[in-house]
Amino acid sequence: MTLRTPLYDAHVAAGARMVPFGGWDMPLHYGSQIVEHQAVRSGAGVFDVSHMTIIDVDGPQARSFLQTLIANDVGKLEVSGQALYGALLNAEGGILDDLTVYRTDQGYRAVVNASTRDKVLAWLETNRQPGAAWRERKDLANLAVQGPQAVAKMIELYNLPELARVPGFHALVHGEWMIGRTGYTGEDGVEIMLPATQAVDLFERLLAAGVQAAGLAARDTLRLEAGLNLYGQDMTEANHPYESRIGWTVALEPANRNFIGRAPLESLRQRYTRKLTGMIFTGKGVVRHDFKVRTHAGEGVVTSGVFSPTLECSIALVRVPRDAKGDCEVEIRGKWLPAKLVQPPFVKKGLVVTS
Amino acid sequence: MSDIPRDLKYAASHEWSRLEADGTVTVGITDHAQEALGDVVYVELPEVGTHFDAQGEIAVVESVKAASDIYSPVSGKVIAINDVLEDSPETVNQDPYGDGWFFRLLPDDPSDLGGLLDADGYAEVCANDEH
Repeated sequence: MTLRTPLYDAHVAAGARMVPFGGWDMPLHYGSQIVEHQAVRSGAGVFDVSHMTIIDVDGPQARSFLQTLIANDVGKLEVSGQALYGALLNAEGGILDDLTVYRTDQGYRAVVNASTRDKVLAWLETNRQPGAAWRERKDLANLAVQGPQAVAKMIELYNLPELARVPGFHALVHGEWMIGRTGYTGEDGVEIMLPATQAVDLFERLLAAGVQAAGLAARDTLRLEAGLNLYGQDMTEANHPYESRIGWTVALEPANRNFIGRAPLESLRQRYTRKLTGMIFTGKGVVRHDFKVRTHAGEGVVTSGVFSPTLECSIALVRVPRDAKGDCEVEIRGKWLPAKLVQPPFVKKGLVVTS
Repeated sequence: MSDIPRDLKYAASHEWSRLEADGTVTVGITDHAQEALGDVVYVELPEVGTHFDAQGEIAVVESVKAASDIYSPVSGKVIAINDVLEDSPETVNQDPYGDGWFFRLLPDDPSDLGGLLDADGYAEVCANDEH
């Protein structure tokens, strides 16, 4: 049985093609994923991300609990509303999930993937510490409004001039809503966590104000252009942070913070042999997950590949030997064709940054 | 429900064929097919002058979702290809039966078209396709 978000009927009414995704019926697109992608880069788009898992953590030991579990240090979150991005690791340093954590007035709020919900909740239980409690917020919906016009639209619709002053990776609490200046597209924008009963109204008001409804397909092309990983594709439990472009999220300082997975990372940090990087293919074709790559330093594989509406050619994230760079080849339908390794992101604030 | 013009012939592999007054056959992909594919980003067309047998792999259409082979509906020689699709592959999505045509064949035997499906036959194929 697939789950439905509070916006299911609204998606169908807006012309969505619904598909199953991680146990949920979600909008793949509303007609054209390319139109939706371009709307986010040039104006504003709205995504239903209510399938993601919101977990509130509190109690006197909430901080030390999360400091044990997350490779980034929530101790860095000094004020309510501040957020960080990081990973949950297993004892071998393998990535269990990536997540965003906000500090709140009550404690912390973690947003984890839909596909890893059961695994993460079980992991919290396995590592339960006294003084820390958590609850899943199934009563909340989550909408992402993204694009250069996103914040302006929200300010206009909801009379929230203070939203303009919220820095990136901080959240504003507005009544029962938590509005984070965060996102998965590489554009400015917000992610709004609100009571599920209010989600349809927000969605419909955004559409009426000219914000483009955008589905999972556009979400994938936007995040890849922005160089952001998709857990389960670009990184899994078989990968550690240094070979997944998220080594920067591992906080080894302070040295006495003993988080799960720390020990293997201390040596992997110097001795890792592979990396995740970007690839551009300008030929006639689309590079896809699991396609093989050949570099001057050895073989690799495509972890995610799409057609980039902004670059108008195919781009990918690839896992290759650490020293690989420059020209490479990718196998497409039996033929080895030339491509180029590049450092992501491919697009920043709507402009192509890779050559 | 997709659009299935009654004056065309169809293959179960979702190509449409139109017999022109001059005896040539124009071929493209159906509305059902373009809808299932999503945004088309590349089309690989055959070389003019090449001969293909019926059901031979004659073209490739690549969308944001996947690459799909296009099969020749009848045996014949390619006499024209639609250059518009080189720069504007999205035409396949926008006008699959008109400006989104792929290629034109000179059939070895025009009566071969009789072996293709009519609109009702193709509608049944599509109905079985929906899950």
